[in-house]
Amino acid sequence: MNQLIFEISRSGRKGYRFPKQDVPQREAQQLFGVIAAKQAPNLPETAEVDVIRHFENLARDNFAVDAGFYPLGSCTMKYNPKVNELTSREAGFTEVHPLQPEETAQGSLELIHTLTGYLSEITGMSWGTMQSMAGAHGEFTGMKLFRAYFSAAGEHQRTRLIVPSSSHGTNPASAHLSGFEVIELPADERGLVSPESLKPYMNDQLAGIMLTNPNTLGLYETDILEISEMVHEAGGLLYYDGANLNAVMGKSRPGDMGFDVIHLNLHKTFSTPHGGGGPGAGPVLVSDRLVPFLPVPDVVKTDGDYRFDWDRPQSIGKISGFYGNFGVLVRALTYILVMGKDGLTRASEMAVLNANYVMESLKDLYYLPYDQVCKHEFVFSAEKMKKDTGVSALDVAKGLVERSIHPPTVYFPLIVPEALMIEPTETETKETLDRFIAVMTEIHRLAYEDASQLTEAPRGTSVRRVDDVRAARHPVVRWEGAE
Amino acid sequence: MDPYYAYIPHTEEDVKSMLQAVGVDSVEELFSDIPESVFLRKPLDVPEGVSEHEAAEFMKRLAEKNIRRTSFLGCGIYDHIVPAAVQQVASTPGFVTAYTPYQAEMSQGLLQAIFEFQTMICQLTGLDVSNASLYDGHTAAAEAAAIALQVRRKAHTILVSEGVHPFTRSVLASYYRDSDITIRTIPVEGGITRIQRLRELIDEDTAAVILQTPNLFGILEDFTGFAEAVHEHKALCVISSNPMTLGLCRNQGSWGADIAVGDTQPFGLPASFGGPTVGYMAASQKLLRKMPGRIAGETVDAEGKRAFVLTLQAREQHIKRERATSNICSNQALAAIISTAYLAVTGPGGLQEAGSQCVSKAHYLYDKLKEIPAVRPFSDAPFFHEFTLDMGSGSQAKSFLREMSSRGIFAGVHLGDLDASCEGLVAVAVTEKRTRQQLDDYAARAQEVLS
Repeated sequence: MNQLIFEISRSGRKGYRFPKQDVPQREAQQLFGVIAAKQAPNLPETAEVDVIRHFENLARDNFAVDAGFYPLGSCTMKYNPKVNELTSREAGFTEVHPLQPEETAQGSLELIHTLTGYLSEITGMSWGTMQSMAGAHGEFTGMKLFRAYFSAAGEHQRTRLIVPSSSHGTNPASAHLSGFEVIELPADERGLVSPESLKPYMNDQLAGIMLTNPNTLGLYETDILEISEMVHEAGGLLYYDGANLNAVMGKSRPGDMGFDVIHLNLHKTFSTPHGGGGPGAGPVLVSDRLVPFLPVPDVVKTDGDYRFDWDRPQSIGKISGFYGNFGVLVRALTYILVMGKDGLTRASEMAVLNANYVMESLKDLYYLPYDQVCKHEFVFSAEKMKKDTGVSALDVAKGLVERSIHPPTVYFPLIVPEALMIEPTETETKETLDRFIAVMTEIHRLAYEDASQLTEAPRGTSVRRVDDVRAARHPVVRWEGAE
Repeated sequence: MDPYYAYIPHTEEDVKSMLQAVGVDSVEELFSDIPESVFLRKPLDVPEGVSEHEAAEFMKRLAEKNIRRTSFLGCGIYDHIVPAAVQQVASTPGFVTAYTPYQAEMSQGLLQAIFEFQTMICQLTGLDVSNASLYDGHTAAAEAAAIALQVRRKAHTILVSEGVHPFTRSVLASYYRDSDITIRTIPVEGGITRIQRLRELIDEDTAAVILQTPNLFGILEDFTGFAEAVHEHKALCVISSNPMTLGLCRNQGSWGADIAVGDTQPFGLPASFGGPTVGYMAASQKLLRKMPGRIAGETVDAEGKRAFVLTLQAREQHIKRERATSNICSNQALAAIISTAYLAVTGPGGLQEAGSQCVSKAHYLYDKLKEIPAVRPFSDAPFFHEFTLDMGSGSQAKSFLREMSSRGIFAGVHLGDLDASCEGLVAVAVTEKRTRQQLDDYAARAQEVLS
């Protein structure tokens, strides 16, 4: 167990020297009066070496893509190329202030402009914004674009938004926060959205539909063109959750499917690291008719020079402080340059091959509710195993933890009981997949022969199963000794 | 030679045997479920792939098109010293390449680091609870407004001081566009939010009042009595602060705020054209279950040993879907850990030292500039490390900044570019990173330009 940084602290210890002050000292107490702090904040006092060891030990007690296989469904935990980290650390990028004159930030503006162009091409959309910081932030931006579009058309009554019950939780949350009434639509027996089920909602209250294609079961929505025609016919708009784009690059584009707004997760499809939960980036791209509503500022190119364009009277405004997580954009552009058009297409091909290979190799052991060719991910159900043996999806996950493999996404999508959602990604070798298949086979055997090895797993990790009920009942969200 | 695909390790033999295992003849067959009408039958119009070396050279050339000068730019992003140890922590693969710590048993390191971040934010702000970070300080203010609107379901108004960063105000406006929520501005007088104006505007329909110190003009506001005035109407008091000031200035908790927000960019994060930074939020205990985003909590494992876990997930979108307190999923965790490392290395003494040098150097430059007859300070209220000059008009402000830029100095931000009501005002930020030489140089060049 690691000590907390506060427990390492010793009064009076210093870890850093600032340059010697070379101007006359001004006393805060004197300058600020009533505004001055009465005491210094209670922060740890540590030596530099202890800080480095502390964070190094924490990082070692933490699983990551650089440590091993991470088939977390819908999260696209592909390898994060190291050249991306190098380019993102170029001082010419990191030391640029967002409010310095445009003519001195031409490199950064060109980067944003170029990336917006490439992402528009890859998705078949017209243009976009890099300002949204995450997938959910992109969804929120997209919903604001829907709203602005209907307001401009005087169609304020369009408040109903259809979301499949298999969708990511952020979809209904983003729609609801933007004031839409969320209608959850169950999947049909194929695991898909059926045009028939949409019919009752095709009226002048329809705002639109949020879809991901392939969906969270890893299945391609084969009726997508019919769906988009129906929704457009009824005056609605289509939103594409780009979390699953890694399945279809170079194969099928949301723009060609008829989507009006999409977000991408650069930290998924475009290889930028997840950083333990962020920073990511959730660029939003739109069809022609929504371009006027994009957030300000846009980046435009005139006579070879780049500049910000704030003159967008119909814009929804700013949705974050500056221009998004620029450092993440640098990494994503680097990735696109290295991959190129053939590489991006190949990435989707091999992501799909890897997923199908694992699915086919394990489907005799784990129940596959939708048995057909999948795209980049697929979902098993551990329901039968649980009934037979008492071993749940969570126990399977903890068995994988014990064997140093990150578990799949569990208990999602909600439409599959005891779900295990597996996304291998294209960057994994056959040997890695074979080991995963072997471990999953072993876990299946243990479930039926020696279940306690799973229900009591993990044993070899730095902590055993954690008590999350206690954590929620008696929340301790800061170090209590800090007073 | 066979084509090389970066980061894709499959040999021809692998592909063949895997296809066989799947029971299909070709990779194309795996895409046969895509209807022909939406199948892309042409190559993507992006360049051919290149080696990582060539890509890095290309990106380097792009970076070199940006021009760097001695910077006195602030307005939300500041040029502070970053200790080497902090840069090291920033590139630790165990943090960089991890996902959100869903599987607690293999994510203790990250969960503990976030717990430490939350604790430090509580210490700095003087409030009870905090979360694992938000996108930036501007969206954090919008999330604070969302909490207030949940607490006060019948209220529809958010009051925002004009001293709050214009981009925070525009983010708020965008977040609540096309809704029944009204954002109203409390006007400032001489750059200061007056409690009298607040009292005139607040009523039972007010869910929250959002204030900022130091404010847009760099002024340290005196919020004595504000929280009480806000609470009289059952609204929540939200105060945004640059955390670099909190070693020397009163924090949000001491002003009686219910929610503290801001951005930890000054703690170890480069300007990076505005992102990534870290939105922080702290709140009083009773608002814990209304907080947006991830929260790391302390608990025990099956053997009673201290352990950490993502907690109170019943608030979150993946459980509650449309009834969630927020749609936040990804946050800025790695950047939050960088700020945690910054505070660990510098400690309370370092925070005060950096702050004190900011104050001393900013006042040194301010005093020098005041000696120039053409320079008019916008206010004589107390400031920390950023002050505002009144250049008379927008064109004069722009011409001053252009002339200074051509002399190698980014001399400040024209606030008129952010908010039309601030035409002619230039905010000048001075951090501990500036040397006396650079300050003297600024003053000499300004004298030259303005005479």
